[in-house]
Amino acid sequence: MFITNYIKEVWGAVKSLATGMKRTIYYFTHHKEIITQEYPDNRDTLVLPERFKGEVVMPHNQDNEHRCTGCTACELACPNGTIKVITKFDLTPEGKKKKAIDKLVYHLELCTMCNLCVEACPSDAIKMAQTYEHSVFDRNQLTKILNNPGSKIMEGVE
Amino acid sequence: MWSLSHIANEIHRWLNDLFNPTWALIIEMVMAGVAVIGLFAVLGLVLVLMERRVAAWIQIRLGPNRVGPFGLMQSMADTLKLIVKEGLTPDGADKVMFNIAPFIAMIVAMLLMAPIAFAKDFQLWDLNIGVLFVTAVSSLMVVSILMAGWSSNNKYSLMGAMRSGAQIVSYELSAGLSIMTIIVLTGSLQVSDIIHAQNNGWWIFKGHFPVWVAFVIYIIAVTAETNRAPFDLAEAESELTAGFHTEYSGMKFALFFLAEYINVFIVCAIGATLFLGGWMPLHFGTDNAFNQAMDWIPSSVWFFGKTFFLIFLIMWFRWTFPRLRIDQLLNLEWKYLLPISMINLLLATAMAILGWHF
Repeated sequence: MFITNYIKEVWGAVKSLATGMKRTIYYFTHHKEIITQEYPDNRDTLVLPERFKGEVVMPHNQDNEHRCTGCTACELACPNGTIKVITKFDLTPEGKKKKAIDKLVYHLELCTMCNLCVEACPSDAIKMAQTYEHSVFDRNQLTKILNNPGSKIMEGVE
Repeated sequence: MWSLSHIANEIHRWLNDLFNPTWALIIEMVMAGVAVIGLFAVLGLVLVLMERRVAAWIQIRLGPNRVGPFGLMQSMADTLKLIVKEGLTPDGADKVMFNIAPFIAMIVAMLLMAPIAFAKDFQLWDLNIGVLFVTAVSSLMVVSILMAGWSSNNKYSLMGAMRSGAQIVSYELSAGLSIMTIIVLTGSLQVSDIIHAQNNGWWIFKGHFPVWVAFVIYIIAVTAETNRAPFDLAEAESELTAGFHTEYSGMKFALFFLAEYINVFIVCAIGATLFLGGWMPLHFGTDNAFNQAMDWIPSSVWFFGKTFFLIFLIMWFRWTFPRLRIDQLLNLEWKYLLPISMINLLLATAMAILGWHF
């Protein structure tokens, strides 16, 4: 019947709203349990999740060598033009020309941390770092060159 | 005994000694205006902080706790930021309407302060149609929102304003009908009469079932009328960026923001006056020890306590319920709240005539 359904509906609505309000008043009265972190205070003890992505970096070994071949796969994979690979040609000892990177320019201000460049890289030259304090006073400082000056490609990476 | 009405009477007597009655009246009006603006500023600061704290605690967070002790200066810092910001007027906007709209919102809020009794015998204007005045003026709120939305020359603003119009116009009905329940029981529209009728118990206790239903409907309807979640379709930040105040910035935005909180305070003050006895202390029956004990607590404390309890209730709603869709919103009003409040009004009328209330 219409009228019983109507009353049932109203009653059900009131009951479900009351259930929700009971839950939130429980949280309100038990506010000692806090799920957020007080960030600047706990900077030393802060534990970041494993999958947190903060910035693209290029690891170098102790001989200042990286694994980047300058294939531009990362530049092609990037959806918003964050990475620019500037290549040059090195001469090998046999006198042959070999492609290498001059600069790998990374625009942190454009990056969305989507990880596609890292996925695309065939030689695992770049990876995501877990840094997050990126604010600077001049936005030019957000344009970074990932390879160290004077670095060269690691032996055996093609 | 110390009371607000005592201070007001002292000032009135002192002014009449010093000046002739006309000047005394003018000075009193100016003082009342300044007091209302001061109350607005304090309420804005307090309610914003309260809202953020309640929200944080409900969501198991801490809330603002950096600026000043316990974060008490947070809203001061926010206000300072809003004051120094640029008040931008968009190029395609209707400049005059765009700039007037926030002030209309504030003027409506100021007008609504007039018939509210803050303490025993402490009221700006005890006019004989007090409650009617409140319902009439509060519907002018929609004018400022429509003006802001229309003059911004922005589709989101316009959509927000139109939604707000539909919402306020329809929810005014059930808010009015639930107010009518109390008027039927009291037999007067005057605010002081309504409060004095609750001398032997608040209406929410004396009027039992019909008044409970009216109270729930009133709270739902005024939550919708003040455009607060779960009925915040007018600003719906996830769909309309900020609705009617998308294009506002700086102090003009702050005025809209302030007007929202002032309106929340006013509807809660009216609700407290009608259902919870305004400044009237908790009384049961007449002339007993319990009533006398309750009278020791000043009437202004009772009034603000009840009002802030209702404000907390509305904040609690906001941080619990998800936002309704526009069709669900209008369904709720026209198919549920309006028929229920009409039947409820009938019930309350029968109860008033037959004397079934206490």
